[in-house]
Formats: sequence, structure tokens, C-alpha cells
Amino acid sequence: MAKTVQVVEDVTVRFAGDSGDGMQLTGSQFTDTTAIVGNDLSTLPDFPAEIRAPAGSLAGVSGFQLHFSSSDIQTPGDSPDILVAMNPAALKVNLKDMKPNATIIVNTNAFDSKNLKLAKYDSNPLEDGSLSGYQVIPVELAKLTSMALDGLSLSPKEKDKCKNFFALGLMYWMFNRPIEITLNWLETKFKKKPEIMEANQRALKAGFYYGESTEIFTTRYDVKPAKLPSGIYRNVMGNEATALGFVAASVKSGLQLFLGSYPITPASEILQELSKYKDHGVVTFQAEDEISGIVSAIGASFSGSLALTTTSGPGLSLKTEAIGLAVMTELPLVVVDVQRGGPSTGLPTKTEQADLFQAFYGRHGEAPVCVVAAKSPADCFIMSLEASRLALKYMTPVILLTDGYLAFGSEPLNIPKFEDLPDVKAELRTDPEEFHPYLRNENLVRPWAVPGTPGLEHRIGGLEKKDVYGGISYEPENHEIMINYRKAKIEKIVNDIPDIVVEGDQSGELLLLSWGSTYGAIREGIRGAARLGYKSSHAHLNYLNPFPKNLKEVLSNFKKVLVPELNLGQLATIIRSTYLLEVLQYNKVQGQPFKVAEIEKKIIDVLGGNNGN
Amino acid sequence: METKTIEGIQELKYTAKDFSSNIDVKWCPGCGDYSILAQVQRTSPDFGEKLENIVWVSGIGCSSRFPYYMSTYGFHGIHGRAAALATGVKLANPKLQVWVATGDGDMLSIGGNHFIHACRKNIDIKILLFNNRIYGLTKGQYSPTSEKGKVTKTTPYGSVDFPFNPLRLAAGSGATFVARSMDRDPKHLQEMISRAAKHKGTAFIEVLQNCPIFNDGAYFQLTEKDTKPDNTITLEHDKPLVFGTNKDKGIKLDGLTPVVFNINEGSNSINDCWVHDEFDENPTREFLLSRFTDMPGLPTPLGILRQHLKPTYDADYHEQVQKVKVEKGHGTYDKLMFAASTWEVK
Repeated sequence: MAKTVQVVEDVTVRFAGDSGDGMQLTGSQFTDTTAIVGNDLSTLPDFPAEIRAPAGSLAGVSGFQLHFSSSDIQTPGDSPDILVAMNPAALKVNLKDMKPNATIIVNTNAFDSKNLKLAKYDSNPLEDGSLSGYQVIPVELAKLTSMALDGLSLSPKEKDKCKNFFALGLMYWMFNRPIEITLNWLETKFKKKPEIMEANQRALKAGFYYGESTEIFTTRYDVKPAKLPSGIYRNVMGNEATALGFVAASVKSGLQLFLGSYPITPASEILQELSKYKDHGVVTFQAEDEISGIVSAIGASFSGSLALTTTSGPGLSLKTEAIGLAVMTELPLVVVDVQRGGPSTGLPTKTEQADLFQAFYGRHGEAPVCVVAAKSPADCFIMSLEASRLALKYMTPVILLTDGYLAFGSEPLNIPKFEDLPDVKAELRTDPEEFHPYLRNENLVRPWAVPGTPGLEHRIGGLEKKDVYGGISYEPENHEIMINYRKAKIEKIVNDIPDIVVEGDQSGELLLLSWGSTYGAIREGIRGAARLGYKSSHAHLNYLNPFPKNLKEVLSNFKKVLVPELNLGQLATIIRSTYLLEVLQYNKVQGQPFKVAEIEKKIIDVLGGNNGN
Repeated sequence: METKTIEGIQELKYTAKDFSSNIDVKWCPGCGDYSILAQVQRTSPDFGEKLENIVWVSGIGCSSRFPYYMSTYGFHGIHGRAAALATGVKLANPKLQVWVATGDGDMLSIGGNHFIHACRKNIDIKILLFNNRIYGLTKGQYSPTSEKGKVTKTTPYGSVDFPFNPLRLAAGSGATFVARSMDRDPKHLQEMISRAAKHKGTAFIEVLQNCPIFNDGAYFQLTEKDTKPDNTITLEHDKPLVFGTNKDKGIKLDGLTPVVFNINEGSNSINDCWVHDEFDENPTREFLLSRFTDMPGLPTPLGILRQHLKPTYDADYHEQVQKVKVEKGHGTYDKLMFAASTWEVK
């Protein structure tokens, strides 16, 4: 039977199954192949908080979403066009997110009475007509996989585990992608287990040929390569990119990287990733608690390392007192907060932007720090280097904000050339002549003199320091002088960061001002609204404290400024108090990122005269 | 500091004075901390370390002012975190000799977690615990080493909780050098500090220290001439456990129970005594010694309860780094970024 090939610009696929079904692996293989064939892409996994919830249960469903396109895209997609559901629970959990008339490929073998009951279905959705609004493609995934593996001396259970590769092969056929990349990957991965390699390779091929030969599939889709800026790319997840950024900062500065950290969702991957880079001399100290994580990093900073601690909101709270110590001792330190839903344990595996106040103000005393944020998974790489650069140059703690959505999302990173990386460097003082621990340079920065350097022995600590000399001082005027120095030093960073850029018209009716991971959804939302005739501009903040020099001017060029945030209006509040300027808020606190459609609708509402939330 | 040149090799000869930062010391008159500072400064020239390679780290409390009075590098941290701070300093640069000055509140209350984990990891830092069994800087509240029933500002009817036994805690957490000394026994304290300086691994010295303002005389039974001999026992390697004004009290083991006996009575002899083995491979006797202070009738042991060698965290960590560097070669930016599959867009 002849198969038609339909060219489409952009597709969102979601793989969903039991946590044990290998959905993350299937998704990441599809991602790698998609990247290599040249599409732009963005991905988001959705795994359950429970490590191994009972098989077949709703709580145990694990998903992986991939948005790929022949044009430039910024988000993993609002609602999938295609769902691969490995069991009834996966269907039930994901159906509500699907586009109307979406294609659903189901593993019919899993739709037995036991699994239907586990998924809390009263009747079989494949038979009761409840899926009539979708294109359902039933495939006997488990049976077909088992048949394809006939003759291999694996147990039925082991054979069943290969069905995700059958599904992957089928999807490769559907989207006209080569299977060789995954075949090669299997070859390397299972070098020492040739039977498993053979089984998975066979399943992959069988899935691919099934698409070609069976009559239920009539259409293949073709997504042409995207026109991306030239360069060498690799796919990165946000936490991975953060880790790579700090190793690159270590290479660039020539300093040993020291990470003191305690495992916490969703930041643990940075610690895990960095612990691999011993060939780069990276020291990772898995501390006994969050406090030891940061305090050991402060000790390492005193010793002359590029010092880092990584955490999420609750951990940042525990580190608060120590950040004050780093402010007082004016030592370089980067604190990464991978934000999650709070307060307290909150929604540990979900995303939120509600730690901005904590980053700005969450300390005792007058303790300003530099605050920066990443806007996309790949941007985590650059902002890690930037945070390192500013921490070292200004001898200050820098808080880098990312979040759960960035941490686990992925997109291609155009690998910068080494010489194009931010200029991360340190000046270690060695000259004893005229050395005073708190004698400041033109940027109000004190010298970094590390133990082991003869003639520069000195004592620092949390007690107020005497200006210039650094001894303990309780003098009233001195305290005020030092507080003002510490504040002025942070303000001087403004001369060292880029101006904020407005995408779109430079003045007009409406500007959307954003920070952090909402960048992609807002950018696509603005495009979508513009296609419907509602024009707005976009400005995005990577540098939050201090704000870019031109921010006030930029904001004043628009009649209305809308600040969409995944909190109850933290940036909006800071903008108001800083510039005495009224801004509109758009807030969402569901542990989920903004959908493009939500932004689109909000722009249309605001431009249509409705400013309300 | 004198500089002598012997056969072309420049040798540094420090004196105690070289280790003083020459700022006014602001502890209360009569505080035991003065003695500890003096003994550290007196022994520092013998550590065999250059001044610039020594770092004194502390937390918060009276004792934690210590780093300011030393002329070495110093870091006065925040309450309870001295062990974590010292861990970072040492792990970032294992060539440094890192000392911690801390108190019973700082290290055993708010900093308990960092303390047990530093001992467990056997990170090569030396901890001097100034134990005065009271909160001094906050003006007189009971501490985790105050005896049960202690009347203080926060326990006007007497404390109802049991104290920590610092040596038992250190030994139980895996410290590889566990010792006790006293502010009022300068010679002995000097010896303990010198021995700790030479030890590789977490070294812990509990220094019984008098707070003349809020807990004066807490240790007078142990420190004063007339009561000291009957209430303390000085541990020396390979020597029998004998104490008392007349050196006639011996300690022997009845099963796992230490028993005091008169070595001159009846058929008893000094040969029946428990002989101290500082390097005992088995920690059982170390535990028994640490418990003497919890057992009525037994003297308080002074000296090294036990020291043993175990790989240190910092040395093993950096050895692993070197090994990986040899296996994989030194990391470069290109190696870092191109380790994953990449594709080119032209």
C-alpha cells in the first residue's frame, strides 16, 4: 500500500508509560536522533515523585515530551500532537494534555482487566467510544516485540523490556528519521551484554518495519532541518549545562573548582555531574548537610578555589546565614538555586520562580548580593560562567537562579569557542607591599590573598571589619562606611553587565518583562499573539541584581508593562519599588510552566483593554 | 624569626613570638583560654610548618576569638560551623595545616553534625575543644557538657538532661587521635598539641578549661595540687595505669570493668595493672578510658587515649583525582564539551 509523506513544520510527541518502561531513555534517543538530523528541539521529562510506584498505577506514570521543528522554537510545546501510551494509566494521565484530534498510539496488550483497574478505568477506553475525538492507533507492542525476539535466549520479562525500542522504531518510521544512531548507541551501551544489544536492536528494527508494512499507518511526516546559526551543537539538559559551565569557568580561570553540596531535588544532578570531572581537578564535597555544603565552599574560597554550592529553595534557606558570612568576608562564591514549588517541601519535582525575594532579601542585616538567572537549558551554561566571572571579579557571593523546568528540560547548545567564553579570571594577591585585607580597588573590591602566600597572613571573619585594615571594629561610623561599601560594590557590577535588549518594537503599547525559565513561552506567546494582530515587545532579565543600566528607560518606552511570573508577583514588586512604576502582573503557581497559549491569551486580553489577572 | 643558613639550606627558626598577632587579647582576666593560646604559640615553632601554611579556623564563642590572636592565616566563622569551614580549607588545599579552636557549645551543640562527620571522614584537621562546661559569651547558660543538675540562668532549678562525653563522642565518630589535657597543666598541654600537630587525620583534644566568671572551679578537683593526684591519671604509652598521691593506686580490668586497687596491698603488684597502649588496634580500651569520667571512683584520664592511622579523606580524595587524571588525561575545554554526541550546522 502506498504511503503518503506529509511535510509539517513542527511536532510535539509525548512518550508515556510505567516508570519501569524506559520512557526517559526512549525519549532521549528520539531527541539525539532528532538533533542530529538538524531540527531545533526542546524537551521536558515528567517523572513521578515516587521512585518506583506500583506498576501500572496512575502514580507510576513517567513521561517524556519532545517538541521539534524546522524553525526556531523555545518551549517543549503546550500540548502534544502524538502520544505513545504504553499502558492504560499512561493514557489516562496524559489524555487531558493532548491536542484535539491528536494521534494516540497505544500498546493494546497492556489494556487487560488488571491494568484497567489499576488505572481506575470502569470500562476499556479503547472500546467504549471515549476516545472518539482522537486518532487511535492500536498496536500490540508487547506481542509484536516478543515475536521479533523469537529465538533469543532471554526470559519473557527481559523480552518485554524491549518493547520501548519497538515503539521507538515505529516513531522513527513515522517521522522519517534514521535508526542507525540508536543502533550504534545500543552497540556501545551493551557491548558487554550482546544478547540484550541484539534484542533491543531487533525490536527497534521490527518497529520501524512494522510501520512500513502494516496498513494501519498510512502517513509519514517529514520535519525538515531548521535553519540554526552555524556552529557545533550538542544537546544539553539544564542541570548538565550548569555543571559544564562551571567546569568551563574553572578551565578559563585556571582555578580549581570546588563544589560543596548536599543532594536535593531538583539540583542533585549538578553535584552528580560535577563529581565525574576529576580529570579537570574538580573537587566535589558531598557534605553532611546544606550548611556544611556552603560553609565548606566558603572555606575553599578562602583557600583560593572557584567555590560553588548548589541547592533548591529549602536548602537556600539553610544557607542564608552563611551567605551573610560570605558577604562580610567578601569572598567569591556562587550559589545555585534550582527553584522548585514551595514553601517547605512543597512540590519538589515541580517548577516555580518563587525564590526571587529570597535571593534578593533573604538574609539578616544589610547583605546585598549579585543575582542572575538563566532563561533556557542551554543558557544555564553561559550564566554559570557569568556568575563565576562576577563572583571572582567583585569578591562577592552571586546567586544563580534556575528552576526545575530548566533543570530537566533540554535543547541544543551551540558550543561557544573557548576564546569566546566570558572572561572568567581571578587576581590572587602575592605582593606583601602595602597589603591590607580590606584595601579596595577602583571597583571597591578587596584583594584575594590565600593561605600559603608568604607575608600576607591575615584574619577574617563574620565580625565587622575595620575599613582598609580588616581587624575587628565596633566603631559606629566604620560599620556604616562598610555597609555602604558592600552595597556600592554590588551596584558597580552594573557597569559590567550588558544592557537589556528589547525584542520587537523599541516602544509601543505593551512590553512583556520576564526573567528565568518563562523566556521561551513568553517569546512564542508574543509571536502567536502578533500573528493574530496583537503586537507586543519582550525584554528579558538575565541580570537581576543589579538590574541593567537601561532598564528604567526601556520600561518607560511602553504604555503598559506586563510581568508574567511563576510566583505571586515578586519581580513586579521589586520593579515597582525600584522605579516607582506601575506594572501589570500575570501569575501562575501550579508547579507548571506557562503555556504558550496562556501568554498569547493574556497579551490579547491586555491589549484588548482587560488588565486584570 | 631567625634565619640560619646551614650548608646552603635556609632553615627557618621561629619563636613563640612569631605566632602572636600582637593585638590585644580580650578574654576575661584569669580565663583558661590565655594558657591555651600561650601553649599553642610556644609549640607552633616545632610544627615544622611555615607560618603561611598554617590556618586557624573557629566558630563562635569565647574560644573562637582564638584565630585573631595568632599571626597565621585565620578564619573566624559562624556558630557551629568551624569543622565544615576547616574541611573546605583543607580539602581545597591539602598542603595547609588546619587547626580548629572551638568550645563545648560551638562544637558539641550547634556544630555537632559537622563534628561527627569530620571525625567520620578522618579529614586531616586538628580540633582543640575548649571545654568549660558553660556558655560564656552569652553569659552563663548551661552547655551540652554541663553536669546533670547544673544550676544556670536557663536552668534555675537545675538541668535535667545528661551531658555529652566529648571523648566518647569523638572516638565513636571515628576520630583517629583522641586526647585530653587541661589549661592548668601547661607542659602536658604542650605535649598534646605537639603530638596532635604530627598526627595525620582528625585529631581531637579536649582541653578542660576554667571559666572564672560563669563556671569558676569546674575542674579544680582535677587541676589543683592537693586533689589532682587522686582524681586524675596521666596516660603514657606502655606504662601501667597508676595514680594517687602516693602512686599506690592501680587500675586493672575485671572482665570489661575497670577496678581501682592498691598495688602495695597483699599479693597485689604493679604488674597487675592495665598497661596503656596508645596505638591499640582495638578501640575497646579507648572506649573504656573515655568512660572513666562517667564511672564514680575512677580518675579522669589525661593524655592520648588512642591514636591510629587510617587514610585521610583529603589525601584519598586528591589521590583519586590524580588517578583519574592519569587514566583520562588532563581535562581540556574541548574534551569537556565534545564528550557528548555533537552535530554541525553550516
